[in-house]
Amino acid sequence: MKEIGKIIAEFPKSPESLIPILQEIQEQYNYLSEENIKEVSEKLDLPLQHVFSVATFYNVFSLRPKGRNIVKVCMGSACHVRGSNRILEEIERKLNIKNNETSADGRFSLETVNCLGACALGPIMVVNKEFKGHLTPSEVSKLISQELIEEKS
Amino acid sequence: MKLDSFADFNREVQKLKLKKQTEKTIITVSRDSTCCLLKGSMDLSVALEKELENHKLTDKVLINYSGCLGFCEIEPVVLIEPQNLFFQNVTAQSVQKIVSEILVDGKIPHGSQTIEKRNEGPFYKKQLRFLTGQNEKIEPGSIDDYLVVGGYSALVKVLETMEPRDVINEIKESGLRGRGGGGFPTGKKWESCRNASAPDGCRYVICNGDEGDPGAYMDRSLMESNPHSILEGMIIGSYAIGANEGYIFVRAEYPLAVEHMKSAILQAENYGFLGSSILGSDHNFTIHITMGAGAFVCGESTALMASLEGKAGFPRVKHIHTVEQGFRNKPSNLNNVETWANVPYIISRGAQWYKQIGTAGSRGTKIFSLVGKVKNTGLIEVPMGITLGEIIFEIGGGIPENKNFKAVQTGGPSGGCLPEGYLDSPVDFDALINLGSMMGSGGMIVMDEDTCMVEIARFYLNFLVEESCGKCTPCREGLWQLLSILTRISHGEGNMDDLTTLEELGEMIKDSSLCALGKTAPNPVLSTLRYFREEYIEHIRDRKCRAGVCRDLFRYTIDKEKCTGCSVCRQKCPYKAISGEKKEHHSIDTEICVKCGICFEVCKFNAVRKVS
Repeated sequence: MKEIGKIIAEFPKSPESLIPILQEIQEQYNYLSEENIKEVSEKLDLPLQHVFSVATFYNVFSLRPKGRNIVKVCMGSACHVRGSNRILEEIERKLNIKNNETSADGRFSLETVNCLGACALGPIMVVNKEFKGHLTPSEVSKLISQELIEEKS
Repeated sequence: MKLDSFADFNREVQKLKLKKQTEKTIITVSRDSTCCLLKGSMDLSVALEKELENHKLTDKVLINYSGCLGFCEIEPVVLIEPQNLFFQNVTAQSVQKIVSEILVDGKIPHGSQTIEKRNEGPFYKKQLRFLTGQNEKIEPGSIDDYLVVGGYSALVKVLETMEPRDVINEIKESGLRGRGGGGFPTGKKWESCRNASAPDGCRYVICNGDEGDPGAYMDRSLMESNPHSILEGMIIGSYAIGANEGYIFVRAEYPLAVEHMKSAILQAENYGFLGSSILGSDHNFTIHITMGAGAFVCGESTALMASLEGKAGFPRVKHIHTVEQGFRNKPSNLNNVETWANVPYIISRGAQWYKQIGTAGSRGTKIFSLVGKVKNTGLIEVPMGITLGEIIFEIGGGIPENKNFKAVQTGGPSGGCLPEGYLDSPVDFDALINLGSMMGSGGMIVMDEDTCMVEIARFYLNFLVEESCGKCTPCREGLWQLLSILTRISHGEGNMDDLTTLEELGEMIKDSSLCALGKTAPNPVLSTLRYFREEYIEHIRDRKCRAGVCRDLFRYTIDKEKCTGCSVCRQKCPYKAISGEKKEHHSIDTEICVKCGICFEVCKFNAVRKVS
């Protein structure tokens, strides 16, 4: 993982660099910690509340650590009319966490996303960065089981 | 190699065209777009290359890995020329058979059709694929492919023969309107930006790739499959407007689009289509790419510009338009991806040609994502003015599983749901607004009898409540109220007065919200109340959800006559709510059942039913 100072130094010292810097930290560390937000605020010379407001405004930023595996279920309208709600419920049941939660052992985070843009193949989910389409609740069950096994091994 | 003059450009293109002429067999695989990758196109390409090596055919075949060819349902597809063959739903296994039969045995395999036959088939026949048709000739990562099919020649025409004013007039004359949803005349916008006072000469052009409307993905597909057409449009725009710097704002959920756009920018810089003294002219232009951070409201122009400036994406009141003071308070011209991609075609073929396509108020073609409960799902490019019925029943092939059509939702969360009676309506900017919906960015979600219109309205409102930035009260509080009323109705706890409240509140939010998100947010409620009022009344008066979606209003039961006692439902039920011995009639304990619907899905004998 890159040090925060190094990440910040890669961008021009400008308020416009704030979002790309936070995105890079999120990508590297999986979340924005209190210390990281403070450091960004100091190094960019921006008020802490400004950095905090940006960090909490956008969906990609998380203030809590996310799990090692991220499951995203598409809740776009095309997926919705094809039953994405039931896909989400099945995953919640299987992973024993609710939407926007991370499992206690830190293995999984479950999120919803408002459209992944692969609408013709809905319902869709993404496990880590891999897309899976045309899902049914019974298939999801299988996919998640596989994922759990792979995670263990 | 940097091209320093128009003569250099012409020479290079001639050279590339000669190089591209080949006696070899060309195998086109639709590999490099999100949908194809999802359906295994990467494994397919690995298998294809291995098979060619096994047969020592590598030197005799040219592989072309294209982006999206539109018909997502049957992707990945393989086209083989000059044999003129087309294959759909190709897998790593089937491609090996295709290669060995055609290239080794010289046979025509079972399941193939000619490329013409594909084009004459219902999905492609009514389409006019100006923006998307070249995708199969282009590898998204190859600027040379784009040059061979005529790419960047519109830019040369502009720099060589046209004054900025001529370009603006040509776009104005074409009647091009913004494809992002607003439908504002593009040429007029460019003109306002060019005319806006800029004491330091600094103006910006921005490409809005923050395609947030759920159910719409044409911009992703354009960015992934033909990135240079967007860059060329922007460079032409920058010349017309007098801008030297441009930004492309892409949503975070589209990593592949970002990757392809980034590599296209580098290639365009290497050839000198971007940078200083473009092709030896005195025009300078650079493009930066920025990734969104996941906020639907950033599709709104002022919010997008706030986000580019590193702030939270709150929209502002447009007393002063962004063409006068936008990004960094400088005149800024924002157009969406598809609008930019239209520009090179209009310049190349002329406004008079472009004007012949479409309707009086809406010229040209429009890309729609035809999705939901329809047989042929995918991206279609059709002339404006085509009817909803033609799109859904001819191109789309109608509704799967012999179900009945109920509604089509256009315009994303800001649009509306139109019923069967409006299938003959032409699709253009104005006709859809008159019906209480809108074109939006081109999402077209087909709904069948299994879709509950109250629940759909609730779904969109839920989305909008989550995505409302919270700056203005009507949107922040009003939408929340609409949502809570709709939720109550979907639980069977509504009353008839709620319908009036929904309408009054909806109109108030439309009139008084700050930005387009709030101004259009009540549309899903108002349009379903207008066209599907009886469903609302059934939910309230009869506590009935005819589509069997609202869970408090139905229960699952097993039909004694149809149940064969196969026990699949009992084994699959995650809540152990089903009992019954093998080969005997099964039953559901409604106390335990949470209505997850898995039994309904897995029963092969249609014995599981929903009852009110």
